[in-house]
Amino acid sequence: MTMLYDEALDRFEPVLGLETHVELGTKSKMFCGCKTTFGAPPNTQVCPTCLAFPGALPVANAAAIESTIRIGLALNCSIAEWCRFARKNYFYPDMPKNYQISQYDEPLCFDGYIDVEVNGEPVRIEIERVHLEEDTGKSTHVGGATGRIHGADYSIVDYNRAGIPLVEIVTKPIPGTDRLAPEVAKAYVTELREIMRSLGVSDVRMEEGSLRCDVNVSLMPRGASEWGTRTETKNVNSLRSVERAVRSEIERQAGVLAEGGKIVQETRHFHEDTGTTTSGRSKEEAQDYRYFPEPDLVPIAPDPAWVAKLKEALPELPLARRKRLQAEWALSDHDMQAMHNADAIDLVEATVAAGAPAADARKWWMGELARRANETGVPLSGLPITPVQIARVTELVASGALNDKLAREVLEGVLAGEGTPDEVVERRGLQIVNDEGELSAIIDQVLADNADAVEKVRSGKIAAAGALVGGVMRASKGKADAARARQLILEKLGVSE
Amino acid sequence: MSAITRDEVAHLARLSRLALTDDELDHYATQLDAIIESVAKVAEVAAEDVPPSSHALPLTNVFRADEVQPGLAPEQALSGAPAVEDDRFRVPRILGEEA
Repeated sequence: MTMLYDEALDRFEPVLGLETHVELGTKSKMFCGCKTTFGAPPNTQVCPTCLAFPGALPVANAAAIESTIRIGLALNCSIAEWCRFARKNYFYPDMPKNYQISQYDEPLCFDGYIDVEVNGEPVRIEIERVHLEEDTGKSTHVGGATGRIHGADYSIVDYNRAGIPLVEIVTKPIPGTDRLAPEVAKAYVTELREIMRSLGVSDVRMEEGSLRCDVNVSLMPRGASEWGTRTETKNVNSLRSVERAVRSEIERQAGVLAEGGKIVQETRHFHEDTGTTTSGRSKEEAQDYRYFPEPDLVPIAPDPAWVAKLKEALPELPLARRKRLQAEWALSDHDMQAMHNADAIDLVEATVAAGAPAADARKWWMGELARRANETGVPLSGLPITPVQIARVTELVASGALNDKLAREVLEGVLAGEGTPDEVVERRGLQIVNDEGELSAIIDQVLADNADAVEKVRSGKIAAAGALVGGVMRASKGKADAARARQLILEKLGVSE
Repeated sequence: MSAITRDEVAHLARLSRLALTDDELDHYATQLDAIIESVAKVAEVAAEDVPPSSHALPLTNVFRADEVQPGLAPEQALSGAPAVEDDRFRVPRILGEEA
């Protein structure tokens, strides 16, 4: 039986390890000139090299080497002065060569770290290694009930993905996360994804598999010093799943250990629908890869001057950027975190760059637009509205041409595809009533219809003017300038505040 | 003394998906033994100041520019495949023998 999370953490301490694969966004594959477009028809991006035809030889992609070194530098790693590719031998049809070109004991980058924040607290995650390898082909299992490899009658393989450069980033074991283990794991993968984005080395789309994460978890009894046996959970395809997979594996392992059972060192598969893991192949058996230096590729010896230049040219990294923007925008940790979680920082920054005050930009993206995105189930950046358009709306509000209510209608129009903010204002007739004659006529009508309130205001109960202003706003369908209407009402009734 | 055991040959054969008879296991164990012995002779003459070498050429950093080159059409790519389905290579059951 699995154990409830809180009880599991009362009795055991988790140790995490995360192995992340990032498909690089190079134009061509790692060792041949084939295209790397995602979703192309099967076996249309293949050649003698990535299909392992006899005599075809690999040549390493310079851009992939450079990207890997830049990733290593961004993760504060040392860069190898000399290293080799290695053959990882295994018989499995996802690689037509019957081996994968990878790196073994000489990774291109090693011994780094990244800092992440969990609940406002900094956590440092040590990086063991960053190495370069080639991605595998994509198998589809046919027959059997589940479409999975177990019970399948046979499999069919598409090698478009085989040979796409793949960077593997491995953390050192992460002890001491305690109850926050799931959050730490998620924060790490989130930060890694943003670092990759800021470097422009990958599109890091978890749903398309260009960022994939394997989650290692072990438990030891509280107070113990020796770590327990770990499992490696694969198939974790979203940030939320990273968190769920850690939690579920802690609950499962605690249940096994509490009943006196033993954890088997194995690969497990995460299931999105149930949020639980099931056993895959046993690791001991599978891990006999007979690595040896790849004879078809000569060693890599990055020129230190070139590495120094790459380091110099690294962009501002996400955590530093968030700190800078938080200070510039004068936001609390909580507000900044909320914007980060909502993936709103880029959008707000672009809106500010287009001329909007930070507070207004944040208000619209985190308020009305976040609500819209939620309702329609798209990310904020997927809404059909641009930062420049939001900046224009805030400008119209600031100039008095729109009030907040009208501004919301303008946003609605833009989201509905009715055009730019100015076009929506024009077409929907959303301009605030600036014509004093028109406003005056509306007020006269409201005063005539509300004798009671008029009498109260005349007798000194100025608060009653609120009802009259409300009447004017209703009569103008929200297009009146409420402050100006109030001013005119009081004038007409001969009272002053 | 034999440096490689029959069990090790059987293990390698399994990893390589080769079905070997008992006679073949003995046969290959003897052959592999001879190979390992020969390699060991090289190790004997290697001096301390000679670093282990994996490549015959004194070259490093042979790269290609990240440029797309034309590949094969699917018909060409699949023309030598024993079985094809939906423009994919069809392969026998993967986990059959272990299930």
